[in-house]
Amino acid sequence: MAKGPEAVASPDRSSLGGGGAASRASLEIRNDRGEIEALGMRITEAAGRAGYSDASCFAVRLAVEEAVVNAFRHGHRDASPEEPVDVEFDVSAERIRVSVEDHGRGFDPSAVPDPTAPENITKTSGRGLLLIRSYMSDVCHNDRGNRIEMRYDKPAS
Amino acid sequence: MSSQSRLRMSEDQGITTVEFIDRNILDEANIQAIGEEIAGVIERSSPPRLVISFSNVDHLSSAALGQLITINNKVREKSGALRLCNIDPQIYEVFAITKLNKIFEIHNTTEDAVSSIG
Repeated sequence: MAKGPEAVASPDRSSLGGGGAASRASLEIRNDRGEIEALGMRITEAAGRAGYSDASCFAVRLAVEEAVVNAFRHGHRDASPEEPVDVEFDVSAERIRVSVEDHGRGFDPSAVPDPTAPENITKTSGRGLLLIRSYMSDVCHNDRGNRIEMRYDKPAS
Repeated sequence: MSSQSRLRMSEDQGITTVEFIDRNILDEANIQAIGEEIAGVIERSSPPRLVISFSNVDHLSSAALGQLITINNKVREKSGALRLCNIDPQIYEVFAITKLNKIFEIHNTTEDAVSSIG
């Protein structure tokens, strides 16, 4: 008998429960603090196993947190609170890739104001993308602007 | 509606020192509750004199930074003083990237922060 779809590459699609040791996964994350924190923990635990330092784990976890929160706050502003975002991550010995895709209309990342400019510095929001770009090695968006792809290269030790 | 405090507070000579109980200051609902609790202290004091210690904090998000700015604005409206302290190097980098290290007065220790207000 041919292998069923469950046997093919994509690990758990639906929950954070099983497969904690996986270094790559494709997941749906709901706007739930427990799920978001579990995602961050899962990626940093995989990073720890792959030899990344605490500082690297801090950087990646912060970027993932900001990307997911942005996806819900901005991308899903008009969506149902139950609508999940799609997250993929892949942790290898050399680099960590994480993508977050929402189901919103997308945004133009070049139109986001510089939060460090004097006129914006005391605003209470708008710093997430700056932190992501500062901590990650490379950040890009799809044309529609509803998917962010982040790469973190392990620093030379 | 917040039933449980996310903060440990003490007061000495008119200066309130605030410590976070949570190691991760990420969750917007918690951050909102923290902001409301500190806003209560600011409202009750004339002028407010506040030291916020990050000694227990391992992670914080941009939402937490936004709440700190709101707190700073409220303290300034009442001509008070706000100091931050005990920020570990990883967390300090978040302040440096966002240039908020130029907005907030940051000290190494609680003692330094308190004496800078005195």
